Amino acid sequence: MSDKVLYVMYDDDEVLKNSAKQLVAKGVKINEVFSPFPIHGIDPIIGVKNTRLGIMAFLYGLTGLTLATVGMRYFMIVDWPMNIGGKPNFSYLDNMLAFVPISFEFTVMCAAHGMAITYLLRNKTLPGMPAQNPDPRTTDDKFVMEIRMSENHNVTEAELDGMLQEIGYLELDKKEIK
Amino acid sequence: MQKEAAIREPLILGHKTYHDVTEDVCRPIEDKAPKMWYILFGIALVIGLYGVGSIMYLLGTGIGVWGLNKTIGWAWDITNFVWWVGIGHAGTLISAVLLLFRQKWRMAINRSAEAMTIFAVFMAGTFPLIHMGRLWVGYWVMPIPNQFGSLWVNFNSPLLWDVFAISTYLSVSLVFWYIGLIPDFATIRDRAKKPLAKKMYSILSFGWSGRAKHWNRFELVSLVLAGLATPLVFSVHSIVSFDFATSVIPGWHTTIFPPYFVAGAVFSGFAMVQTLLLIMRKAMGLEAYIHTKHVEYMNIVIMVTGSIVGTAYITELFISWYSGVEYESYAFINRATGPYWWAYWSMMTCNVVSPQLMWFRPLRRSLLFTFFISIVVNIGMWFERYVIIVTSIHRDYIPAAWSMHFPSHIDIAVYIGTIGLFFVFFLLFARFFPVLALNEVKTILKGSGQSYKESPDYHKHH
Repeated sequence: MSDKVLYVMYDDDEVLKNSAKQLVAKGVKINEVFSPFPIHGIDPIIGVKNTRLGIMAFLYGLTGLTLATVGMRYFMIVDWPMNIGGKPNFSYLDNMLAFVPISFEFTVMCAAHGMAITYLLRNKTLPGMPAQNPDPRTTDDKFVMEIRMSENHNVTEAELDGMLQEIGYLELDKKEIK
Repeated sequence: MQKEAAIREPLILGHKTYHDVTEDVCRPIEDKAPKMWYILFGIALVIGLYGVGSIMYLLGTGIGVWGLNKTIGWAWDITNFVWWVGIGHAGTLISAVLLLFRQKWRMAINRSAEAMTIFAVFMAGTFPLIHMGRLWVGYWVMPIPNQFGSLWVNFNSPLLWDVFAISTYLSVSLVFWYIGLIPDFATIRDRAKKPLAKKMYSILSFGWSGRAKHWNRFELVSLVLAGLATPLVFSVHSIVSFDFATSVIPGWHTTIFPPYFVAGAVFSGFAMVQTLLLIMRKAMGLEAYIHTKHVEYMNIVIMVTGSIVGTAYITELFISWYSGVEYESYAFINRATGPYWWAYWSMMTCNVVSPQLMWFRPLRRSLLFTFFISIVVNIGMWFERYVIIVTSIHRDYIPAAWSMHFPSHIDIAVYIGTIGLFFVFFLLFARFFPVLALNEVKTILKGSGQSYKESPDYHKHH
């Protein structure tokens, strides 16, 4: 099934945000926005939900803390309890203080790397991935909205053209995607 | 948009547009390198290779080639290690702590400061590795099942905490830095004309496209990484200080070491940032983004942390007398009046007196003076570590064992070599990487740019 996609370009983030607001108010679904930097406040307008990566970071951190605790208990208490100056390692709790630094470091290590890897995988930004922005200028000073006709059944292309004429834009590019 | 007082000095000078920011940062990468770059790179490379050669010789011969003796078992190696780790504290402090405090001036300097951090920690890591002598068994510091029975590394030991702290700090800083670099690499990729450059930056940019959802994630990941890196910065140098503080050597066995070391690390790190940035802004034409106001802010940080360090020195001195322990008192009297008095007083002058000059506004806004002080502070901070380490152990409990430390040729060569290697890395970074977080800077253009602040519109809206 072929799909018609409209790329509407602006040269200012605020102008794009206002146009997006007006289009959404008229029942147009904006599928994507490409910008050189984060446009604050665009997410609720075009219906992008907040990321849950923060929760993931917490879970990865918890995993790290658990691993560090289990590991150190095994190495230092169970498998080879050391007797240092007549103060043997009888229980994890008695020796806990000496294990705080590594517990902390390992928690941070797992949380940071776990989150970073998840971020790259979820974004599909990995070494060798091709660039997907519709215009190379969107990483410089241009801002583009992507509107897919296949997901906008309540407006025709002619109606959308009319709306865009009224609202204004810098450049309009239409593409057929198979 | 972020509101900012109109009377606050603009962070971006001149009448820049979004496109100008891209141009200004990408131009030095796309143009041919100036002759000066090749000259500096050549010098740094020669010095660096000399250091690498010395390290090879050291590994082949053993650490007996250092100027250590029976009394002084730790000297230049650990001094250099602590010095480099300290320098490596500014980058993550700038990008993480200042992000949490919403300090927008960090955006012009965080990229290069973080690069500096990473290269400095590389250099720091070299010293504990080569001081093992047998580098090839370096993996023994990891808790892995082994052929020696159920023998594990000692998790009670601050030296092992250091292994975990440094490796976590290095790898997390690297990830933090790279995640910020991805969108900027995409900008260079989309501008690149030469096929090889296009290919390289395409791989480096991971196919970044700037989708709204990706930016949403990007901002959260930056914030959470900043939240994680902030306690990490403080923990790393605290743990480095534990290497000394948990021992029973007079002069090392001091409870104020952790905060005192962290303040000293930030102090020396900012000094190194100043040294590098004052040259870089000029060489790469970035005066509009890194200007007097940025330098002034950094000088204030140097002044505050320098004062903490000064207070710590004096506290140490007082406590050594107040403790009533004669060995403790002697350690400090010996520092100030013994054979190493010159090192102690160099440290005092460089670290306690010089940052106090920053109280004077014309001085802290003078670029030439700042450059001079930044070098002085780095020399002073090297002496601080040398004083703490060598003067505390060269005269121990048995006068017959008293000794002096004289650095060998290899001691000096390895140290100078790491400085060379550091500059090799930094010059490569300045040549091929975006030295300014260009896309992040665009977000403050409207709030803190000069032309926007001067426009009548700005005053109307805010």
